[in-house]
Formats: sequence, C-alpha cells, structure tokens
Amino acid sequence: MSGFNKVIDCYEEALNGLEDGMTIIAGGFGACGVPENLITEIKRRGAKDLTVVSNNCGSDNLGLAVLLEEKQIKKMVASYVGENRLFERQMMEGEIEVELTPQGTLAEKIRAGGAGIPAFYTATGYNTPVAEGKDVREFNGRKYILEESITGDFAIVKAWKADTYGNLVYRHTARNFNPMVATAGKITVVEVEEIVEPGELDPNEIHTPGIYVDRLIKGTFIKPIEQRTVRTA
Amino acid sequence: MALSREQLAMRVAQELQDGYYVNLGIGIPTLVANYVPEGMDVMLQSENGLLGMGPFPTEREVDADLINAGKQTVTAIKGASIFSSADSFAMIRGGHVDLTVLGAFEVDVLGNIASYMIPGKLIKGMGGAMDLVAGADNIIVTMTHASKHGESKLLQKCSLPLTGAGCIKKVVTDLAYMEIAEGKFWLKERAPGVSVDDIVKLTAGELVVPEVVPEMEF
Repeated sequence: MSGFNKVIDCYEEALNGLEDGMTIIAGGFGACGVPENLITEIKRRGAKDLTVVSNNCGSDNLGLAVLLEEKQIKKMVASYVGENRLFERQMMEGEIEVELTPQGTLAEKIRAGGAGIPAFYTATGYNTPVAEGKDVREFNGRKYILEESITGDFAIVKAWKADTYGNLVYRHTARNFNPMVATAGKITVVEVEEIVEPGELDPNEIHTPGIYVDRLIKGTFIKPIEQRTVRTA
Repeated sequence: MALSREQLAMRVAQELQDGYYVNLGIGIPTLVANYVPEGMDVMLQSENGLLGMGPFPTEREVDADLINAGKQTVTAIKGASIFSSADSFAMIRGGHVDLTVLGAFEVDVLGNIASYMIPGKLIKGMGGAMDLVAGADNIIVTMTHASKHGESKLLQKCSLPLTGAGCIKKVVTDLAYMEIAEGKFWLKERAPGVSVDDIVKLTAGELVVPEVVPEMEF
C-alpha cells in the first residue's frame, strides 16, 4: 500500500476535472520541455474559454498552438508570442486576449503563486506599458511595481524522469518553467519519459519534490526542434 | 565606412573582461561570442536556464533538450550549470550578470530604451528584455545609428513604448561609440573613416562632441 503513488495509466484520466473557463499553467520554453501529450489531451477534451499561462503559446502547429485551432484559449499570459501565425491572426482579430508579461516576472509570478506569496515588487517594467495600473513603491531610492502572483486550476509539466512518488528530474534546458509550474497548480499533472521505483533517484538530485505532484504519467515525445543550428565538426 | 555587423560585435567584445558572466541578446549581440579575446574566459548566460553556453552542436551532438533563448540548438561548456527560469531571472534581476548586450529600436539621452514593440505593427512580446535592462548595471546597446530611411535612432526622447527607463549608459552603433550621462550623449569614438559631421547629422538627441574623437581600433 502506498498513498504516495501518483502514477496513472492513461492520458484520458490525466485531466479529469478540467472544465471550461479554467486556468492552465504550462511548462516549456519554445518547443523545449513542453508537455506535448497533455496539451493534446486538452485538445481532445475540447475544454473552451481557457486562460493559459506559459512563456510562449507554441509556434506554428507546435505545442500550445494546437489549442488555437478550435479556439479553446480565451486569454493567453505569455512573454513572447512570435512565430505563430494562427495566434497573430486571433490576436489581431480580437479573438484572444493577450497579457504580455516579462519573462522573469512571469517566472516569479508562478514561483510566488506556488509558494503562497500573493504579490511582489520588481523593478522590471517600471515606466513601461507593463506598469500601467500597477502600484508603484520606492525602496532605497529605486521605483518598483507590484506584480500579482499566478496559480492555476491545472498545472501541466514535462519532466525527464520520475519515481512513482512524483519526485522529478528534468533534463538540460527542458527544465525552464517546469519546476515553478509544478508548484502552482491546484492539480499538477506531470508527464515523463521514464518512471522508476522510489529510491532509484538520488534524493540529492531531485529537482521537484513529489509533494507538488498529483498525477504522473509516462509518455513518448516528439521533441521538435525550432532552430536546428549545427557546426561542422 | 560604417561598421559591418561583425565589426560591431568586435568592438563590443573589447568591453569583455576575464571572468565576466555575460548575457547576449539575439542578433548582432550573439556574434560577440565569436570575438572573445584569446586567453580570456567569459561565461555566457542564456535566460532560458543555461550558464556556460557553448558553440552550436555538431550534427551528431544535436539535442532537442538543449537550446538557447533564441531556441537554437547549442552545447554546454565544461563547467556549465543548468537551472530553472526563476533562478535564471534571479541572476539577472539580482544584478549578478556582469554584462548584458542587446539590440534596440531607439535609445534616448536619458538612457531610456525601446526595443520590443512598434504600435500598429505586429506585437511579439518582450521576452526577457525588460528584466535584463532592469537588472543589469552594465548594459551595452548595439544597433545601427539610423534606420534604412536615415532616421536617427538616438533621440532626445524615445517615441516607442519603453522596454526600460534610465538604464542605458553605453551604445555602440555602426558609426560611433557613445556614453550616456547627465541627459546627453557623449561621443567617445567614431568608426574608421566616419566623420564627426556624419555622426552629428544622424544623432537627433543632444550630443557632446569633444575636440578630438579617436577612431575605433580593432
């Protein structure tokens, strides 16, 4: 018996409880470290009017961009939305609301959300369009703006390896936003390339402790490359 | 002669120091990595979570899990470290990065920078640029001195929405190296073969010109 076993068997169960109008926070940077199969599952379920929080909204036909096809996203919170024609069209036509957020502020909003901190002051964005309507305070002679943290109904995460308790290890820069995202969901769902038994991962090298993880599933991944740049050996 | 992109990168590379942690933006700033002086060690920070970015991989080394902030496949050098986006921006916002190099649409005499958005045109987002300019003490902006239509990018007051306010102190353009202080541009060096008059003509903001303006040396 183990009440800590987070493993589920099929993607159809992974997002049970997802409803129209919910907020989903997704890990990933570009096409790297993206919870590909969980995004496909959101598409299959057809949930609408979603608020999606992620650094990018995928790029043409990749990642979160597949949720644009049936207009499932009502509002996108992201730092960068280029290289994505469908997104551009929906943004220009006012079909999707966009809250552009500086990348570091976005990471900190999610981190703070998961850590129970409702808001924080940052110098990033002071005196820019990002500061509009936000509280300004001076500390030690410098001006800072108040940014509110973010939590989601669901957090979707891609990690490399996990044990059945949901302790996670990420690989290379596929880590990116995933560790913060994992902390900030009411329900955190993680997909990984490999699941091992508890004890097989070195406790010193766990990136995300299993306490944050509610559901865990093993998947296979396409891992597309956006900019394949190489040098000759 | 106005500097080429490569020469711009070479001039910026002269500002590097041994032991510097450096964040290079997309475009000309990225080229600076090719001109690190021999024998000098600098470590490149990529804001998606890599400190110690190496060159592009060989075909055999390509790994979809290892990219830079421009989404290009890269390698990690010996001694590199990898971390989350929150840690990455703690380094940036906390002022731990020694030098940041980035491009811009406009810079003004107050050190304001506009680099992420042209109203009425496509809006792609600021990515990490706002955090970088807010967090770094030592920032170099690289850009062309004027637009293709001959409009100055060095202004009395930025006309585009700002990326950051009062944060730029050094600008390297294809014509000149300038510093910003006391609400003015200060001309420090000119590109080889470029006259002071050419620079004055293409600088819309107040420019202080000393009696002697040395040519850049490469």
